[in-house]
Amino acid sequence: MPNPWVFIGLFIIIAAIIPIGAIVVALILGPKKPNPIKQSTYECGLETVGDSLVQFKAQYYVFALAFLIFDVEAVFLFPWAIAMNKMPLYVALEGVIFIVILVAGLVYTWRKGALEWV
Amino acid sequence: MLFSEAMSTGFFNLAPLVVLFPGIGLLFNMVFGGRLPEKVVGWVASLAVGAAFVISILLAVSLSAIHGHAEIVSVTEWMSIGSLHLDWAFRVDTLSVAMMLMVSGVGTLIHIYAIGYMHEDVRFKGDPTRFQRFFVFMNLFIAMMMILVSGDNYLMLFVGWEGVGLCSFLLIGFWYDLDILGRPSLENAKAANKAFIANRIGDFGFLIASFLIFTYLGSLQFDLVFAEVEHVAQPVILTITLFMLLGVVGKSAQIPLFVWLPDAMAGPTPVSALIHAATMVTAGVYLVARSAPLYGTVPAAQEIVALIGAVTALFAATIAVAQYDIKRVLAYSTISQLGFMVAAVGMGAYAAGMFHLVMHAFFKALLFLSAGSVILGIERGYHAMSHGKKGHGFHHTDDEVFNPNDMRNMGGLKDRMPVTFWVYLAGTLALAGIPPFAGFWSKDEILLDASLHYPVVYWLLTAAAFMTAFYMGRQVWLVFFGKSRHEAAEKAEESPRIITAPLVILAGLSVLGGVLNLPHFHTLGHWLEYTLGELRISEFSWLMAGQATLIALFAIFLAWLLYGRREQAANEPDALKKLLGPAFVVFEHMYWIDEGYAAVFINRYKDLARFLAEVIDGRFWHDWLHDSVLAAGFGKLARFLADPVDLGLIDGIANGLADLTQWVASRLRRFQNGFVRSYALSVLLGVVLILGYLLFR
Amino acid sequence: MTTPVKLLDFITILPVIFLAAWACLLLLVDLWVKHKRVTAYLAALGLAIGLGLLWYQAAWIGNAGFNHMVVLDGFSVFVNALLLLSGLLGIALAYGYLRRMGIERGEFYPLVLFSLSGMMLMAQAADLIVVFLSLEFLSIPLYVLTAFAYPKAASEEAGLKYFLLGAFAGGFVVYGIALVYGAAATTALDGIIAAVAEGRANLSLLVSGAALILVGLGFKVAIVPFHMWTPDAYQGAPSAVTAFMSSAAKLAGFAALVRIFALAFSSLSDDLIPILWGLSALTMLVGNLLAIPQTNIKRMLAYSSIAHAGYILMAFTAFGNPGVAEVSIAAVLFYLAAYTVTNYGAWGVVILLERAGDLGLEIGGYAGLGRKYPALAACMTIFMLSLIGLPPTLGLVGKFYLFRAVIAADLIPLAVIGVLTSLISAWYYLRVVVNMYMRTGDPEISPEPWALTITGLMAILTVLVSLLPGWLFFLASQARLNLF
Repeated sequence: MPNPWVFIGLFIIIAAIIPIGAIVVALILGPKKPNPIKQSTYECGLETVGDSLVQFKAQYYVFALAFLIFDVEAVFLFPWAIAMNKMPLYVALEGVIFIVILVAGLVYTWRKGALEWV
Repeated sequence: MLFSEAMSTGFFNLAPLVVLFPGIGLLFNMVFGGRLPEKVVGWVASLAVGAAFVISILLAVSLSAIHGHAEIVSVTEWMSIGSLHLDWAFRVDTLSVAMMLMVSGVGTLIHIYAIGYMHEDVRFKGDPTRFQRFFVFMNLFIAMMMILVSGDNYLMLFVGWEGVGLCSFLLIGFWYDLDILGRPSLENAKAANKAFIANRIGDFGFLIASFLIFTYLGSLQFDLVFAEVEHVAQPVILTITLFMLLGVVGKSAQIPLFVWLPDAMAGPTPVSALIHAATMVTAGVYLVARSAPLYGTVPAAQEIVALIGAVTALFAATIAVAQYDIKRVLAYSTISQLGFMVAAVGMGAYAAGMFHLVMHAFFKALLFLSAGSVILGIERGYHAMSHGKKGHGFHHTDDEVFNPNDMRNMGGLKDRMPVTFWVYLAGTLALAGIPPFAGFWSKDEILLDASLHYPVVYWLLTAAAFMTAFYMGRQVWLVFFGKSRHEAAEKAEESPRIITAPLVILAGLSVLGGVLNLPHFHTLGHWLEYTLGELRISEFSWLMAGQATLIALFAIFLAWLLYGRREQAANEPDALKKLLGPAFVVFEHMYWIDEGYAAVFINRYKDLARFLAEVIDGRFWHDWLHDSVLAAGFGKLARFLADPVDLGLIDGIANGLADLTQWVASRLRRFQNGFVRSYALSVLLGVVLILGYLLFR
Repeated sequence: MTTPVKLLDFITILPVIFLAAWACLLLLVDLWVKHKRVTAYLAALGLAIGLGLLWYQAAWIGNAGFNHMVVLDGFSVFVNALLLLSGLLGIALAYGYLRRMGIERGEFYPLVLFSLSGMMLMAQAADLIVVFLSLEFLSIPLYVLTAFAYPKAASEEAGLKYFLLGAFAGGFVVYGIALVYGAAATTALDGIIAAVAEGRANLSLLVSGAALILVGLGFKVAIVPFHMWTPDAYQGAPSAVTAFMSSAAKLAGFAALVRIFALAFSSLSDDLIPILWGLSALTMLVGNLLAIPQTNIKRMLAYSSIAHAGYILMAFTAFGNPGVAEVSIAAVLFYLAAYTVTNYGAWGVVILLERAGDLGLEIGGYAGLGRKYPALAACMTIFMLSLIGLPPTLGLVGKFYLFRAVIAADLIPLAVIGVLTSLISAWYYLRVVVNMYMRTGDPEISPEPWALTITGLMAILTVLVSLLPGWLFFLASQARLNLF
């Protein structure tokens, strides 16, 4: 059994090689016929408006934060939910408290009107 | 304490009240006196002293109940320093009680008299607000005098001694902004100073004596001191007694410190009567009597005391003969009579001395108070004369200064002031020693004792007695008989009853006082024996008594020849002056003693003071040492330190440092440029430095 | 090796748990509270209960919790009590100030409570991971509070700067912790001690880790050269926040520093003394020198705060000598208490004089205060004297203990630098006094009852406790460090 850290190292290398390889291959093989539409910034299929270096509405940031928090929450909750049967009571309660704190945050965000798009 | 119970155990516990009552009176008058009528102030003060008199009587009764055994009433511990332990204790024995009775008794009468006297005096002098102050001082005086006579140790005695001196100073200078004639001046204040300074010289002696007593006899408490006397060498006792004598001559106005007493007449008349005739000046006599066990062991000291007393008696009497001021005559007479007492206690005739002290208190107080009555009468006449019947005026407005004390302005008052005349006559006869008046018995006892033991003293005193009768005769004729020599005397009025009533009582005492110590009975003498031990009491001698009486009568006759037989004209020179010529001038000017003192001591002292002030302090100390050496040197040094050193060097360093600091600060500030990247760089630099140090150390 | 969690574990950090929970609740309650002063009073109530819990908790002094991640000892109780009191003072000062400045927002109070619970946890931390955790826990609310006066640009800028640099410095702490872990294979303080004692630890790695942790914590307490955020953040932040931040954060930072270095790294003392020596000398010099040219009172007090961090670090330089450490820790705690009292008083005066739009903050604007408001000027004089270290104030007593510790450690040159820089400090502190009394002017104050009360109370305490400092020093010297 080789050192388990070796796999992590391999993973890092492979993770780097794949995107780099893809870009390099595209650079070498791809034909180059530029036009304004091709040069424009990709924006989820929408038409680009103005410069890309513009001020964004701060609300995006708030939304992103709220999204991120609950995204990460899920990451934390999965292992907790899986190990539910094997853990002592206080650990189960810790999870509940974690959720309650997040709910409090959600209530706060909601009440503050941060979820209303204005 | 029930009265009946007290009768059996004695009233000794009341002793502190003799001080307390006048104290209460003075506090009351001090606090409330300004808002109360004069009458109330005066009577409160009089009652306070009267209460002290009642207590004194109770003490005397208690004392006789236990046969005169001395009783010590300790109030509280006073001080305890090393081997010095003193209580605030009152000594109730026959000597102190005799003094208490005399002080409070005569004091009460004089207080009552003063209610009337001061009422007019403050108006003649133009400041009625001082009425209250007068009685505050008077009560303070009584309290202090009581401490003096009732203290159980020399220190307490000294407290009273200084206290009465202070009161004397305050009361002599009572009209501190006037002179004796009521003109604005510093004369009275100077007289007060003179009295105080003369007394300080005496106090110095007393203090030294006290120190010596404590050093050699180990205590200041009377009983302990006297018990030690025989264990101490004679020269020591002699030194102690001589220093104490200095205190005596100061307080009792004996040669050479007597000069303050005539000037002390600047005080209001009740003050002269109470302090400068009856009580305070006798403190010296009391001190010698109290210290009898000390004096008893050193005959040399006794002789000196007796001689000083006798010489003073004659010396002062000669001066009295040539005085014109009615109170000054009495003042010299007081000095002279004090000389009698001092001589008596000096000879060891304590009973005779104390007897004369008490009798003198009666008749001299009477004479002073009557003289005061006369002066008031003249003043009334003067005011009636100059202001018509408009009532009491204030200050004299005339340019001509009228002296109401001058006997040359009097004459013929016998009819206009009859009560005053009769009581004055009683006092005069008592003082002159005419039987059966009080003075006769006491003076006779002194003369008798002197004739038996100290012939020199006897002759001196006899001469003095002759003079005494003469100047009193002269006074009576000048004042009361003949024609009025001034308009004021013609218009003089008799004093009100509040003034004459105490006079009458005192006159009664002057007439009958002799019964206290009649020959064969010697009541007072035996009473004092309880305290002073076996006393030498000479048996009455008809020969001596007759001789003395004849001398007195002859003197009075002589006075009549000169002043009574033929009336004095207003501006005529004194009859005696024609007879004696230059000698009279010598007497009149008090032998130029004041001038002599001024020339020998005071001016030399002033010269020395001036020398010290101008030459030593001014020229040497101040001009040269201070200004030239210290100040100029300091100035130069300071300038040196200030200019080149401080401004140049120190400030240079300080300012340089400050500039440097500010420069560094302004440089450092540049780093604080507000960019986060610079700040982060600073953190990074710090990290690099720290890790670099750790790496390369 | 690890033991299951018990109730006792929770008791060891009961006030911290309570305060955090209370802050969460307060955040929600505030949503429906119209008058923000209710929130303020509720927050104060929470702090008061926290004090009560601290009292209750004191019965368990001598226990460690969560597998020696946190400890409850006299030191932590002393620091936590000071922190809670400091929170109360901060809220009292902010109460009227926020409304007057138009920034009365309910979040202020929960943020203060969050920050406080982080600070209190820091004082109890016995594991480097907990140290880092609590460091972030206390810092993030402070970043927000610094920017609390948005949309005021200066405040937002200050908040952002503080955040960026704080994150930067936090990185060094993590790096330091990693190095320590690499050296000793543990992050627990007792584990580090054991590793060093058994010779298992890589000492050069350990000392580098310690140095980096020193950098991170030094940033928090504003040690030169990690101090540069301080003037900007202190000036930009609302004054009430600055008052709280300059007192409480310093307290927590030094508490962690003292615990980590005096316990875990005491064997590294000989290596670290020159570093601490240099840092404290530099801090005293730069802090005092840069305070001189300041004309803004907040900026001046910021530099003053840096300088005082230098004094405290000076006393702590010789932390490895057990005899000295005991004196110096007591001196540090005493000085922190004294500094808290004086600092709050001085900021109280600043707050009373500040007017909306950053007016009334120039030192020149204090001219005439002595004539117009003699009592307030007297208070300010007392605070300035205390900051200089002149009698009759706490500053003198505190400095006395500090210098005693330094001299006991035989670091005479450092003490000389301390005294000289104290002298320099008189320059700019007295300038305030001179302005108040010797120049004419017409300053305006806002008569806020709580701020006035706190200012007066602090002035009285500054003088009174300086006259009877014995009990406080006794308490400080009883506040012993332990790991159990």
